[in-house]
Amino acid sequence: MWLYFLKRLGLAVAVVAIVIAALFAMIHAIPGDPARVALGPRASEELVAAFRERIGLDQPILVQMGNFYVSLLRGDLGRDAVSGEPVLRILLSQLPDTLYLVLGSILVAVVPGVFLGTLAARHRGSLIDRVTSVISVSVMSIPAFVIAIYLLLIFSIELQWFPAIGAGEGVLDRLHRLVLPSLALGLAWIGYVARILRASILEEMNEPHVRTARAFGLSENRIMYDYVLRIAILPTITVLGIGVGHMLSGAVFAEIVFARPGIGKLVFDAIISRNYPVVTGAVLLTTIFFVLVNLLADLVIAWLDPRVRHDLAG
Amino acid sequence: MTRNTALSIRDLSISYDTPEGRLRAIREVSFDVARGGITGLVGESGCGKSTLMSAILGLLDGAAIVESGEIWLGETDLLTLSRGEMRRLLGDRIGAVFQDPMRSLNPVLTIGRQMTDIQFRHRLSRRTKRERAIEMLHKVRIPDPAARLDRYPHELSGGMRQRVAIAMALMAEPDLLVADEPTTALDATLEMRTIELLRELQQEIGCAIVFITHHLGVVSELCDDTVIMYAGEVVEAGPTRALFEAPRHPYTDLLFACDPARIRERSRHLPTIPGTVPGLIDVPPGCVFAERCPERFAPCGRLHPRPLRVRGSEAVRCHLHDPEVTS
Ligand SMILES: Nc1ncnc2c1ncn2[C@@H]1O[C@H](COP(=O)(O)OP(=O)(O)OP(=O)(O)O)[C@@H](O)[C@H]1O
Ligand SMILES: [Mg+2]
Repeated sequence: MWLYFLKRLGLAVAVVAIVIAALFAMIHAIPGDPARVALGPRASEELVAAFRERIGLDQPILVQMGNFYVSLLRGDLGRDAVSGEPVLRILLSQLPDTLYLVLGSILVAVVPGVFLGTLAARHRGSLIDRVTSVISVSVMSIPAFVIAIYLLLIFSIELQWFPAIGAGEGVLDRLHRLVLPSLALGLAWIGYVARILRASILEEMNEPHVRTARAFGLSENRIMYDYVLRIAILPTITVLGIGVGHMLSGAVFAEIVFARPGIGKLVFDAIISRNYPVVTGAVLLTTIFFVLVNLLADLVIAWLDPRVRHDLAG
Repeated sequence: MTRNTALSIRDLSISYDTPEGRLRAIREVSFDVARGGITGLVGESGCGKSTLMSAILGLLDGAAIVESGEIWLGETDLLTLSRGEMRRLLGDRIGAVFQDPMRSLNPVLTIGRQMTDIQFRHRLSRRTKRERAIEMLHKVRIPDPAARLDRYPHELSGGMRQRVAIAMALMAEPDLLVADEPTTALDATLEMRTIELLRELQQEIGCAIVFITHHLGVVSELCDDTVIMYAGEVVEAGPTRALFEAPRHPYTDLLFACDPARIRERSRHLPTIPGTVPGLIDVPPGCVFAERCPERFAPCGRLHPRPLRVRGSEAVRCHLHDPEVTS
């Protein structure tokens, strides 16, 4: 188990290192001098040179990368190219709002998704099954930004049930303002969760152990919730781990559309202004977060399934 | 239906709806299982043994259709019961052990959890239920039963898992135990030990057993009565001793004659007989075994044989024994 954990952690570090390298390569490939863009066309040559030196752009790309890794090990992500603030502090100030958004989206995906998936599996082939299948497929096929814009139009502007912009102050206000963006990001995943869960429940229902449980007269509810769902939920957990990645990328536009602070909004602004230290830091942070979420998903699976624990121990 | 019968199956026919048409898996099957007796159900793969078992347990696949027949457990025809009524009998008056010990226990729940769950009918404390489970594991000779309760199925050997399954099935001391090839996955020595164990427990509890198997040696060892199935029909049924000494149906005859030495001990499968089993979607009009039968004669191809009582056997479906056909 511990060995497995260490292996996974090593893999995670490798993933993060590779992502950073790719990011440096990409920044390098973007046309235009970042210092020029950041400072504007009328800045003097000296000013531009000083700026390049400050964020290390005057050095070869491999040296830049090496420096970045070294300071990363010290927990230093560099400084904001414009304000000079430490990038880490900026990121940490923006992180909570994005975390709430992702958590909200997962909740939006999981609660109705599990409900619909279970319902469809229990009433397989019936009208209920067909209705849930239509719902699932439709939410899956509408792009999230379209959902976001319609949610805004209907619920904020027309009905005025929810404020259109901002993250809010205080718990209730924050929750209130979290509803629409979470819906926008999570809605499609209701469909994925419901479809995957339905399929794995039906598959598990055919397993001989379910027949054994029935042969002892256990109730169908007991069989579904104690004997089947525990196993059938596992693929859904894996998929949700990957889903968090999609939600993180979706957070960029959701934070822009709903004018919320957050990592997505931060990255967007930083790219526009060629504020590369912030871009790098934000990408690094989201990558780490994504990798950790997937590690967590695997741990939850190992916790739920003794066979996985057994394989890991062996 | 006499008072000495635990289970009586009458004229049971079951089909499956398949894309190719109606597959007539079981046709006009009748036999009795004596109270406290052991009946062996033998037949090649696909002859309908598992279908019959599912029918007894009321756990037929959704595609299955009961065309006709009755399944009497004591005074009740199981086929007339609602799902809820059937559920009340399962795990109480009827116990079941399934074919694949590897996959017939829940993989993510401990043995103890599964053994306490099935005692849901009893208003006992968790502790008492655990103690009863330990006692039962002890009875099936599982060493250190208390520690095994906290194990998961994959942590036990195949033989041990099958004994857990037997312990679970017999925990409620049912009137009837249905066991579908419970020993097929085990090696020969383990198989014999499991058989002895079953026999002992059966004598202690006094339940009747329907024992489904491929293995003729096991039948001769364990079963009081034997039912031979072929392509969905009972071709011959009767007391094991008489049937083994003087088989009446050419199919039974061939099974035993193929290799008598193998019947005693190690043969894992039924001997092979040349020819193929008829398709069950378009069942031939005559005798189902006619195509492979060395003794076939004129009526076999067109006339379906009726079950006959012949000395030594309770029922034989063969024209050779039918005076009306042979004369
Ligand atoms: N769910 C099903 N749908 C359609 N056909 C089925 C189904 N279950 C079984 N059958 C068919 O019914 C026939 C009898 O199958 P059954 O499983 O009862 O045989 P069996 O004697 O138990 O075989 P085995 O010794 O291999 O376990 C076979 O031809 C099989 O293909
Ligand atoms: Mg079978």
